[in-house]
Amino acid sequence: MIALARQSLVVTLLLAAVLCGAYPVLVTGAAQALMPHKANGSPVVPRGGVADGRVTGSDLIGQTFTGAGYFHGRPSAAGDDGYDASASSGSNLGPTSRALAESMQARATALRAENPDWKAPLPPDMVTASASGLDPHISPDGARMQVARVAAARGLPMEKVTELVDAHVEGPQLGLFGEPRVNVLRLNLALDALAGGRAEGN
Amino acid sequence: MTPRDYLQLALFLGILALASPPLGRYIHRVLEGGRTWLHPLLGPVERLIYAAAGVDPTRDHTWQRYAACVLGFTLAGFCLTFGVLMFQDVLPLNPQGFPAPSWDLALNTAVSFVTNTNWQAYGGEATMSHLSQMVALTYQNFVSAAVGIAVCMAVVRGVARAEAQGLGNFWTDLVRANLYVLLPLCVVGALALVSQGMVQTFAASFTALTPEGATQTIAVGPVASQVIIKMLGTNGGGFFNANGAHPFENPTAVSNFIQMLAIFLLPSALVFTLGTAVRRPRHAWTVWGVMAGVFLAGALLIAHFEYRGTPAMAQAVAAGSPATSVAAPGVTSPPAPASMPASTPSSVPNMEGKEVRFGIFSSALFATITTDASCGAVNAMHDSLTPIGGLVALVNMQLGEIIFGGVGSGLYGMVLFIILTVFLAGLMVGRTPDYLGKRIEGREVTWSVAALLLPAMPLLGFTALSAVGWGPEALANAGAHGFSELLYAYTSASQNNGSAFGGLTVNSPAFNLTTAAAMLIGRFGVMLPMLVVAGSLAARRPRPITDASFPVEGGTFALLLTSVIIIVGALTYLPALSLGPIVEHLQMLEGLLF
Repeated sequence: MIALARQSLVVTLLLAAVLCGAYPVLVTGAAQALMPHKANGSPVVPRGGVADGRVTGSDLIGQTFTGAGYFHGRPSAAGDDGYDASASSGSNLGPTSRALAESMQARATALRAENPDWKAPLPPDMVTASASGLDPHISPDGARMQVARVAAARGLPMEKVTELVDAHVEGPQLGLFGEPRVNVLRLNLALDALAGGRAEGN
Repeated sequence: MTPRDYLQLALFLGILALASPPLGRYIHRVLEGGRTWLHPLLGPVERLIYAAAGVDPTRDHTWQRYAACVLGFTLAGFCLTFGVLMFQDVLPLNPQGFPAPSWDLALNTAVSFVTNTNWQAYGGEATMSHLSQMVALTYQNFVSAAVGIAVCMAVVRGVARAEAQGLGNFWTDLVRANLYVLLPLCVVGALALVSQGMVQTFAASFTALTPEGATQTIAVGPVASQVIIKMLGTNGGGFFNANGAHPFENPTAVSNFIQMLAIFLLPSALVFTLGTAVRRPRHAWTVWGVMAGVFLAGALLIAHFEYRGTPAMAQAVAAGSPATSVAAPGVTSPPAPASMPASTPSSVPNMEGKEVRFGIFSSALFATITTDASCGAVNAMHDSLTPIGGLVALVNMQLGEIIFGGVGSGLYGMVLFIILTVFLAGLMVGRTPDYLGKRIEGREVTWSVAALLLPAMPLLGFTALSAVGWGPEALANAGAHGFSELLYAYTSASQNNGSAFGGLTVNSPAFNLTTAAAMLIGRFGVMLPMLVVAGSLAARRPRPITDASFPVEGGTFALLLTSVIIIVGALTYLPALSLGPIVEHLQMLEGLLF
């Protein structure tokens, strides 16, 4: 009994030292040395450098965009206002949920009002909340449906904005994994760069 | 499904089939004390642990001693995890200054991680300090998987050995599984995941000023080192609340593929560890084929129904388009793409609770894998799956987490079903049943049935009690889906899966204590009976295998085994499933909302 207690305690402590001490330190050290940008959250550095320690965001984390001159991301259930990057969450509403059906209808109505030029069915990703609430992407159609609005708000020709969207469509990885998508933050930053300065649309 | 989907599925199974046999043989070799190229580096660590703990690595344990070691070690680990959680507010590495969780949450979480379940009644990034994540939780991710491998190896030895008293040495199995199997795979896997964008830093968060002038606080942490073991160890507990859907916890479709492989890798390899130990590769391939078959059926079913979506979605995406309303005249607009019908589409991919980078198929495949294996990580919100999608996830778990299953627990659970199959087949043809020459007698069948029935009791019992007790006020969804949330919670806990219909509010004393009880029964109610069976089998003298023996390889046996798995699972849980997802599917088709 005493032998068993000693074995249990000593093995627990020594394994913890290896698996919780050496292992994460080794992996963190290697990751920080080899891939510091990715290991630190793929931060997006603003043009002109980081002011007061604040970057523009992360390549991987979606943000809220509301201005007519910006492309908007998907509905988000993270935090109270959406896209809270310290409270990731989906809506967890089920297939027969009235609340879900009503919010999808409300989103559809808003999307139609904001983008009256889009006549086709809405892309499903734009009326549904993502799993993390931080989805950085929208589908290519989710971007195309907003082109007319963004172009009008910025006084840019439609073709120019369409070109920009097409240039930002990423295909499946290695041609096989995942789905075609557009990174909303990257697209919006490219828009700002196109306009040569701050956004005009918001 | 698209051709790309089928290709990904084929690639997944192909890689798994290629990697598993050599890895299975490697596991067999290191657990039996063989040397590897890692020994010059880790051999001294291994010997140091034995010396400090007073372990004689040459000693063979009887099943009783083996079980006692499992329980003693588990209790010590529970104390470590529970202690760190309860004192995380005063312990170091707490950059966000989180308070200690309530005692019932800490108890639930400690039981959850000790039992390889990783049921999470908390949101990671808003509850747990870095120390809690790294020591209390990641430690258990390693050792609960290693305990699974150890017990699995003991059961394998029970089948393979002849007239033996012992099942091996628990301490050497445990230490070797950690050092030579889990650790090297984790180091390589973690760096592969960082290369896809997964974060790995001791910082807590950084602040961004968005183009629209808002401030966004972005939580980070030592994620990759924890995520790789959460997958390889079929643990499933996420660093972030959104688990494998969070872009930092699963940045790309490639990281998603790596994680899916990591979930199945060890449970699949252990099938060939059995095959190696009994020197019957065809038996291993037969068992593997049964697992792969049930897995494929589930994956195709979930994918089909998620691609079809729900009527409410079809209505929403069509709302306001020319078929349902009149467009303002005189507005020039780009023509709608010709491929898109203008009327209400008959099927709309169910993107609620899914990420664009994964889309439908990579989410459906992940949902199948995580519930077949007792992983429980998610890359899509299971609460928002279609009713049949949720049904398949539930059934996968209710089969007993043996379709590849948990690390170790999947295979020793499968041995239980093999014993039952051999027994039932023996009854049908009127012959004494034997498994690889070992006669199956009353003792083996009794304990196998006990292992089968024990998890069903908390599963069905607590579901029923909660539905009339503490359940309704915690629901996020009404109607049949609400019942499904409770059924899913206790299925997940009893089968040591850990995924959830996440809308359910489970951080209350009633849920924390009942799910903790369910997790303990689900873990040890199978593990201990299987050790009894292993001890009993080890002592038997094998009869020579002749043409008259019942074959445990080939198509007939595969069909029998599959039937026993499906029938036993279906008969036990079908009534409960009828009240949840099956009713909900019919209601959904009628357009009912709750």
